[in-house]
Amino acid sequence: MELNAITIGFVVFTIFTLGGGIGVVTTRNLFQGTIWLMVSLFGVAGYFVLLSAPFLAAVQVLVYIGAIAILITFAVMLTRSVTRIKERYIRILPSFIVSLALFLILLFGVTVPIFSGHLPESAPEYVASTRDLGAALVDENGYVVPFLLASVLLTAAMIGAIFIARDESA
Amino acid sequence: MDELCTGLCSVLVEAGADAGLAQFLSLLVGVLLVSGVPLITVILLIWIERKVAARIQDRIGPNRVGPVGLLQTIADMIKLLSKEDITPAAADRVLYNAAPLVSFASVVLIWAVIPFTPFHYGVDLEIGALYFVAIASFGALAIMVAGWASNNKYALLGAFRVVSLLVSYEVPLVFALLLPVLLAGSMSLLDIVNAQTGMWFVALSPLAFVIFYISSQAETGRAPFDLIEAESELVAGFNIEYSGMKFGMFFAAEFLHVFTNGILMALLFFGGWMGPLYYESPLIAFAWLGAKGGLIYFTTLWLRNTVPRLRIDQIMAFNWKFLVPLSIANVILISLALKIMQELGWAPRDLMGASFGQMLPTTFILLVINGFMILYLLGMMRKRGREARRESQIAQASLAQAAAD
Amino acid sequence: MAPLWMYLAVAAALFSLGVFGVLARRNAVAVLMSVELMLNAVNINLVAFWRYSETGTDLLLNGYAFTAFVLIVAAAEAAVGLAIIITVYRNRRSVIPEEARALKG
Repeated sequence: MELNAITIGFVVFTIFTLGGGIGVVTTRNLFQGTIWLMVSLFGVAGYFVLLSAPFLAAVQVLVYIGAIAILITFAVMLTRSVTRIKERYIRILPSFIVSLALFLILLFGVTVPIFSGHLPESAPEYVASTRDLGAALVDENGYVVPFLLASVLLTAAMIGAIFIARDESA
Repeated sequence: MDELCTGLCSVLVEAGADAGLAQFLSLLVGVLLVSGVPLITVILLIWIERKVAARIQDRIGPNRVGPVGLLQTIADMIKLLSKEDITPAAADRVLYNAAPLVSFASVVLIWAVIPFTPFHYGVDLEIGALYFVAIASFGALAIMVAGWASNNKYALLGAFRVVSLLVSYEVPLVFALLLPVLLAGSMSLLDIVNAQTGMWFVALSPLAFVIFYISSQAETGRAPFDLIEAESELVAGFNIEYSGMKFGMFFAAEFLHVFTNGILMALLFFGGWMGPLYYESPLIAFAWLGAKGGLIYFTTLWLRNTVPRLRIDQIMAFNWKFLVPLSIANVILISLALKIMQELGWAPRDLMGASFGQMLPTTFILLVINGFMILYLLGMMRKRGREARRESQIAQASLAQAAAD
Repeated sequence: MAPLWMYLAVAAALFSLGVFGVLARRNAVAVLMSVELMLNAVNINLVAFWRYSETGTDLLLNGYAFTAFVLIVAAAEAAVGLAIIITVYRNRRSVIPEEARALKG
């Protein structure tokens, strides 16, 4: 790997993603946890840019930082007794062993094909643009059915969230 | 790599620098240039804002430091920098200090995609309009973090009010932004401006412009939506604990955001740099953009200093019951009408490069549709106003009755 | 361009972190945040595989489009999940998932 803007970007975004992820699972304070989550997901958005998917990066920032972060902070504030929970973890040791084992298995899974040469080393030059994605989303041979279903899902989630969280007494 | 490496980069490579490093350095210089423009603009903006506010309120405004008070902002900056930098003992130190930075960055980053002339822009992203929305959402998070990290009741209350306002008004803002995107068939700001060669988009859908104008006024927290500061209720809102230059950064971010929105509206709805002789020289094009953006900016200042503040329930009701349905209806009707006209051959397939004459029938029909919508709305508002008046009359009459009894 | 396996390794680490959070954290909001981490690890994988796959002449957008749908589902999940957490908190004054066991037989 040569030293260029993309390599530097990859290193920076890795620090963001994994550092933020560690922050999310270890921090005691949930508000700080939300900020760590945003740092992590911002790193993921950076990966999307490196992988020539700028549309996804923008949507990632918009959905997570613009919407979900705000939602979570509101939920943290509304459930204030959260900070009174003494212990952060339950069954910490088994969880740690399970996730470490999972990580090792996954790492084994992604590194073995390198030696057998099954993983592509470099990406193809041509890359689909946002325009192609837009066309595919409304193409009858593409994703028009999932696209419509997604809109139904979002409407249902919106109605459901309002209905569940509504305070009857207020 | 080679075609990316031009200008300064190629000079560096010839001087014997590593190609990757040279590219990185020349990118860095470009970034500094683009982000430097808003930083310098904001100094001037604060002076303009204070002068305009003073004139509207029949005052003179800053006039002591420098010619006509031009250096007042510099003096204020020195004052803010030399002030004691207080961090509350119970504050979350890291987040408390990061919030003003993020707030300011969220505005400066927008300038990366703004095309100043047909040839001068930071970067022409294929998702420029979406980028603007995504970056602007950092501002809401910064305010939330500032309110929480200050560990102050008023700051948190202020932050809650602001964030609910910002999140709500983002919905009509995005729907209004969708219209230029749909008309131009591209999210790149450069393409959107080029698609207005024949006709400015404000003529195709004035309603979208008005919705965008109102929601961006709310996004910047200016009157009549200035709940963010609401001095009389919240002391200062989310930034109550901030002092010195950290406060100054929130302040500068707000002022710059207003002007940025003015420039954006000029780009999205008023043809950006289009105007007589713009193709002669980039300077003329830049002047046109500045003039249009400045004019819109001036009207927002005018509005700010004229109208009183609304209550939060009025603001929310206005957004969710009026602006959001209206913006959705506008997008659906206009895009449907445009598509039908394109199928019938009355409108050009591609607005990019369509001439004024080709655009005339399209403009006429879309304008008529918007006109009908506006007339319907005015009728609705008139009816609603009458009802409200009648209710208040009845209430007053019953009050008088009770007093007489 | 970083080779594909690096993206996959980062995604694996992020996913494992998410699994750890879901298993170990006591607070329902923290569990929900860990689920978001896992979803994003999957997204990195999808986009990376999409980017590195040989498309030839016809356009394959599966990874790209799937990621967009995962984002939509994540948004819906966060909204409904947080609504449920707030309701449980209001009724039982608790945000610990184990304590919401009224429906357990």
